[in-house]
Amino acid sequence: MTSLMMIVLTAAVISNLVLNQCSLQGDSGQIETAGSLGAAVVFVITIASGFANALNTFVLCPLGLEYLQIFVMILLIAILMQVVVIFIQKSVPVLHSAQDVYLPLITISSVVLGVALSSVTAEYGFSESVMAGFGTAAGYALTIILMAGVREQVDNNENIPASFKGAPVVLLIAALMAIAFSGLGNFGI
Amino acid sequence: MNKYTERIQNGVVMENPALIIMLAICPAFAVTTSAIGGLGMGVSTLAVLILSNLVISLAKSTVPDQVRLPVNIVIMGALATVWQLLIQGYIPFLYDILGTYIPLVVVGCIILGRAGTYASKNSPAQSALDALGMGVSFTLGLTLVGLIRELLGSGTAFGFQIMPGFYEPIGMIVKAPGAFLILAIIVAFMKSAGVKTMADDKTGGSSSPDKKGGVNK
Repeated sequence: MTSLMMIVLTAAVISNLVLNQCSLQGDSGQIETAGSLGAAVVFVITIASGFANALNTFVLCPLGLEYLQIFVMILLIAILMQVVVIFIQKSVPVLHSAQDVYLPLITISSVVLGVALSSVTAEYGFSESVMAGFGTAAGYALTIILMAGVREQVDNNENIPASFKGAPVVLLIAALMAIAFSGLGNFGI
Repeated sequence: MNKYTERIQNGVVMENPALIIMLAICPAFAVTTSAIGGLGMGVSTLAVLILSNLVISLAKSTVPDQVRLPVNIVIMGALATVWQLLIQGYIPFLYDILGTYIPLVVVGCIILGRAGTYASKNSPAQSALDALGMGVSFTLGLTLVGLIRELLGSGTAFGFQIMPGFYEPIGMIVKAPGAFLILAIIVAFMKSAGVKTMADDKTGGSSSPDKKGGVNK
């Protein structure tokens, strides 16, 4: 999956921009918020990969319905996301004020990652696809935490040209991260 | 979906068309290594978005609020699957280009259609027009990114050789870092040209709800 790194990075850029757009930083730092969002996405994607693989192996393939893969993956994510939102509302009071942001955000991030994974997990065994889901989501969590950290430094920097403030600088951070990540291993960017 | 969610979406997403289009372009980066890829992805998203906005708008009175978001997403996913089968059958050359990236059409629709919140509150005609406006801007943006990347990274435009023979293509531009770099520069240009609706003010959504005039390309 040559574009997996790119998909992780684009999901991170979206999350960073939307998080920053909300008045969320008043309550807690960007890094903490990014961490809890990352944890929610890891949960959703890991479970969704397992379920998607099981459904694919035991339901879709025997019935010859493989072309419904995208549809099933999206349905799964939509259901799991509701579960996560209920969980956040009930059990993590710190995040209570931020809950209204999480629903759309978790949806978008998870769908971006999930649809990319569905094509991968189709060829994996059960444990492999769960690990692939977990790994990708963990990579996403790491990326949004790193990006939030860099952003905190960048936002206070006076030397950035006015037209590059905000979204363009986040995209530049992502470009540099893409170069750095490709140095970590054979991502085949 | 409770009223708080909708309030946030109004502030963050709904009244900021230029930001939405930029957010929607990001997941589609993988196909923007060429102009034709960007155009194909844009048109696919446009078609699915118009249809899903129509269906969501028609179904809005029968869907209860608590499950509105999942239902909207499922409608988009179903229509994207239909689109995938249609182009696989009738437009094979487009399918060869988009191939495995078709699922990303759904992502584009979720972002551009603001997860269906606009269509859930407006008439079918308004929703379809909204989809048309967002979709056309998205297609233009995506094609522009694809065109610049193809020109610098491969020396061609829509498959035709444009750059002179001595031009050495910049390989990085057609790979992951190039996509972010090109979009960063485009957005910076747009901001310096006076498009004020980008993600730079933390209050969010202070711009006028100008649905179609957000992106001047």
